[in-house]
Amino acid sequence: MEIFLQQLINGITLGSIYGLIAIGYTMVFGIIGMVNFAHGDVFMVSAFIAMIFFLLFTTVLGVSSVIMALIAVMIIAMVLTGLLNWAIERVAYRPLRGSFRLAPLISAIGMSIVLSNFIQVAQGPRNKPLPPVLSGTITLMERNNFAATISYKQIMIWVVTAVLLAGFWYVVQKTPLGRAQRACEQDRKMAALLGVNVDRTISLTFVMGAALAAVAGTLYLTYYGVVNFSDGFTPGVKAFTAAVLGGIGSLPGAVLGGLLIGLIETFWSGYFSIDYKDVAAFSILAIVLIFMPQGLLGRPEVEKV
Amino acid sequence: MAAAKTTSGPGGSIAGAARDAILAGVVALGIFGPLVGLKTEQNMQNELVITTRWGLVAIIVGIVIAGRFLLTTTIWPAMTRNKMRDKPAATAGEIAFRARLARWFAPTGLVFLFIYPALMVYFLGFQGSLKWVDNFGIQILIYVMLGWGLNIVVGLAGLLDLGYVAFYAVGAYSYALLATHFGLSFWLLLPLAGTLAALWGIMLGFPVLRLRGDYLAIVTLAFGEIIRLVLINFRELTNGSAGISSIPKITFFGIYSFELSAPNNFAKVFDLPMSSAYYKIFLYYLILLLALLTAFVTLRLRKLPVGRAWEALREDEIACRSLGINTTNTKLTAFALGAMFGGFAGSFFAARQGFVSPESFTFMESAVIVAIVVLGGMGSMIGVALAAVAMIGGTELLRELDFLKAVFGEGFDPDQFRMLIFGLAMVLVMIWKPRGFVSAREPTVFLNERKSISGSFVKEGHG
Repeated sequence: MEIFLQQLINGITLGSIYGLIAIGYTMVFGIIGMVNFAHGDVFMVSAFIAMIFFLLFTTVLGVSSVIMALIAVMIIAMVLTGLLNWAIERVAYRPLRGSFRLAPLISAIGMSIVLSNFIQVAQGPRNKPLPPVLSGTITLMERNNFAATISYKQIMIWVVTAVLLAGFWYVVQKTPLGRAQRACEQDRKMAALLGVNVDRTISLTFVMGAALAAVAGTLYLTYYGVVNFSDGFTPGVKAFTAAVLGGIGSLPGAVLGGLLIGLIETFWSGYFSIDYKDVAAFSILAIVLIFMPQGLLGRPEVEKV
Repeated sequence: MAAAKTTSGPGGSIAGAARDAILAGVVALGIFGPLVGLKTEQNMQNELVITTRWGLVAIIVGIVIAGRFLLTTTIWPAMTRNKMRDKPAATAGEIAFRARLARWFAPTGLVFLFIYPALMVYFLGFQGSLKWVDNFGIQILIYVMLGWGLNIVVGLAGLLDLGYVAFYAVGAYSYALLATHFGLSFWLLLPLAGTLAALWGIMLGFPVLRLRGDYLAIVTLAFGEIIRLVLINFRELTNGSAGISSIPKITFFGIYSFELSAPNNFAKVFDLPMSSAYYKIFLYYLILLLALLTAFVTLRLRKLPVGRAWEALREDEIACRSLGINTTNTKLTAFALGAMFGGFAGSFFAARQGFVSPESFTFMESAVIVAIVVLGGMGSMIGVALAAVAMIGGTELLRELDFLKAVFGEGFDPDQFRMLIFGLAMVLVMIWKPRGFVSAREPTVFLNERKSISGSFVKEGHG
């Protein structure tokens, strides 16, 4: 029971991070129908930005309150990563609208390679460890020397994710921007005819996706305490798996899928084998795409001639 | 990267362009400022410390501003003017020249490839030629072969396969395992490795048949990663990430050996001075022939019904199906054949390296091969070969350029820019020439006369 509870806590934590990244995939796919392959690397870059500013605040500027530093770092990472994704969309994806179908995907693969190698060149190939922050834990249950605990970091991740998802849901459902986004998702041409600035809406979609990825990046960094230039690929693919599992294009689906993937991964490594946990995630991706491409909450896609 | 690009630029006015360039500079500063300007390094206590590099940031931002300004004021207006102006019809001389170039390029290239090792030996001697035959010749030809193999799947059938390296791995591990455990010869294992890879191609191809372009790409990527992860974790069979070493060398069709201790060693039999150059030259010709086999088979298949079906599938899957083409078989043959050539290349790779490990079969390797096919112009054999020469040869050449060290300082390692250049090239080619360097695709079937088809009439990769 303790092990189960512990895996549940770990799984929800991991799943929150995947869910935040998955929203970026699902929004972009919903609005322009492309798999934004570079999104995982945008997440990785955001973790680097967070790492650099956290270091800057704590060692150079001497900010003593870790909480204040983390909040400031998260906001800066959201802004800068949003800027980065905005620039990427303008440079690498926008000129390709109306090109052949695979062109944006290939461009995004190129962008993903560029981002991870740019970080490798600019910041070096070694792991970047941060001193541990918020290291306290709360014991929930204890028996036979095994205690199920929840750490402050995990509580922070749950709270931040919940708050951000609520804010995000509000933006998409209640604001003019969200309305424009949903309109573009349904029919881009019609939305343009009705006066929605489609290019601007798409740009803002990329910025929002990147901002959520930046939150995930900051949380990932504080949770694991280490980041590396190659850390974008696997979480990126897993978050994409989450988006597909939940039904690509569906926002609640992305969060649900993220939580499921996080839980499957932790339970798999807890009860079966830790070596094959990535194989499990990749297999789910393949199985879902082949047998259930509409996902759990998505709409089935109709092929039009 | 941050040079923000709008399709409708601010009408060529200098002030507008300057404002635009400054904006791009601000964006670049925001992105590159922290990531380049604040480099984190570990000190002796294993703590991260920040070193600043504001000079480098200033240079990058300057380049972005200047580049953006040039783009809006000169380059884009010039490109628009070129597009607006009707292209003058090519003169008869030009057409004849182009036809002659097309006709002579392939044979001249082939002759050059066959005499290349001889030239190297003649000019540099046996020891001097090693680097040029091995690092350049063999290395490039492996990628040419992989590019041509993947070209069947991506270029002809229009199925974007991001896990091609899995078949390369199957070929390499088949040879490595069977040769080290059972001592079987390369010449026996080469067809076997190809067959095994083709079987894997069908096995992995079968479930993904129903998927559209980008889903198919992601699933193949997942399969590629699964195979790599299994290679890492199935330690009993594959020795995990430590890999398999001391894989036997290829023999000269069983007659001569290249192992130093063997009695029928090539150099000993002919009383030549000992050198590893003979083996390298032999390998060069072997991979050249394997690559040419790939090209030959592809060229012949394009004329068969299955080749026609691949190209039809690439252009429009729904039309293809409504004409009664069996898309299942068409896709599976493309997967199987592409995989088979990947398997051949893999077993050659294992024999050449003498060592295989899952490190060699990462997603990046797949991405490099896809990049070569895409850059070369999907479907064009010459284009793929040229792209392989440019990308692999170019990056190998980067390593040789010593003056770069003088410019950028002693610690400069050009190799780390390799993938950066690959990625940038992929993005730029997609924007600038989405059909690759050699984009002219000869129609294989035509009515009465051969006409070139504008790219805008075909929907490549729709399937």
